[in-house]
Amino acid sequence: MPHDHDDHNHPHSLLPGDPVLRIKALETLLTKKGLVDPLALDAIIDTYENKIGPRNGAHVVAKAWLEPAFRAALLKDATKVVSELGYYGRQGEHMVAVENTDTVHNMVVCTLCSCYPWPLLGIPPTWYKSDAYRARAVREPRKVLADFGVALPADRAVRVWDSTAEVRYLVIPQRPKGTDDWDEEALMDLVTRDSMIGTGLVHSPEARTT
Amino acid sequence: MTRPHDMGGRYGDGAVIPENESVKFKEDWHARALAVTLASGVLGQWNIDISRHAREKLSPTDYARFSYYEKWMAGLADLLVETGVVDAREYAAADPAPSPLAERALRAEHVDSVLARGGPADRPSQVPQLFSVGDTVKTRKIAANCLVDGGHTRLPRYAAGMRGRIVRFHGTHVLPDSAAHHLGEAPEPLYAVAFRAAELWAHPEHPDDEVVLDLWQSYLVADT
Repeated sequence: MPHDHDDHNHPHSLLPGDPVLRIKALETLLTKKGLVDPLALDAIIDTYENKIGPRNGAHVVAKAWLEPAFRAALLKDATKVVSELGYYGRQGEHMVAVENTDTVHNMVVCTLCSCYPWPLLGIPPTWYKSDAYRARAVREPRKVLADFGVALPADRAVRVWDSTAEVRYLVIPQRPKGTDDWDEEALMDLVTRDSMIGTGLVHSPEARTT
Repeated sequence: MTRPHDMGGRYGDGAVIPENESVKFKEDWHARALAVTLASGVLGQWNIDISRHAREKLSPTDYARFSYYEKWMAGLADLLVETGVVDAREYAAADPAPSPLAERALRAEHVDSVLARGGPADRPSQVPQLFSVGDTVKTRKIAANCLVDGGHTRLPRYAAGMRGRIVRFHGTHVLPDSAAHHLGEAPEPLYAVAFRAAELWAHPEHPDDEVVLDLWQSYLVADT
């Protein structure tokens, strides 16, 4: 049975209040007990700081834009397809790709916590985990999009995916016009992280400086 | 009633503040909090549903005043004591005792493989699939755990008692309402269910908007 206590009966209240000291105290204690290896912590941080990030997702999107067979397979079974590209792991065990069209714009939230496809996008940004986003995205997605400077055409429906299970969603944004002869690498540079969550758009091809 | 984490549709929150995409961890301690939490999970004393519940059963005051990774740390600190991995007195500066679980500690050389392996939630299930894509269903009226009073559930309050239609079948997955309370994985069919915005909200922004949630079969009944 879950036990509920007032604030002062939670064990966590025995730790220092300042979060910097709090994590230091926890890490030190767990290290002394032999439960945590500080080198392993460094390796975890390095993974999400340097190895895994939205570039993986951008790769999937660019490939979907370029290869019709890949796109079809991705929409049918994203878990299988992205795993084959090496993008599998914690918080990406069950992937579904949802595609933006002229009539539907997709947007992803987790109103209950912060579920997010780590292997494809890395660790979620602060706003994705904020109360404001979690509370508002399902009720007023268009006002939330306005906070990102995005205005949708009036005839476009919004489909908000509230990620309540272990399934993680990747939004496939629309390929911008004027990119017909672009290669995969160049297309990847257009794909923003926010466009794969559905709160942003891809970079405009005209803005390309190279 | 549900707990303070169940905030979908709530009024009164301010603007969403976009963040530069180059930011990975806003503060060094965020990275540390994430890493300590992941490394502690590898000790195998809880599952993802138990750890989510540990965060959401923080008191409403703590839940509201803590930033995101402070909630993680508080949930972790409580879980470590709840599972007997840490003695509460060790938080209050008693000498730490070596742990019998130390041999399970995550080592740097295993980080890549552990993160890459993940923790899939799909399981074979004996529960027959009752619904198919296109069926109309209703969520149960009250967003509460049916097994444990005040327990964990993944049916948000805003979607309780609502009519939707099945848009995807995800296979059979671990039921969080059971797994969060050491009652077994109890896998059952999981569906993506689409709800019209007008079904959920008094003032929907657009008549064609929808919200889609992943919902377990036991959260649903046929809409007759």
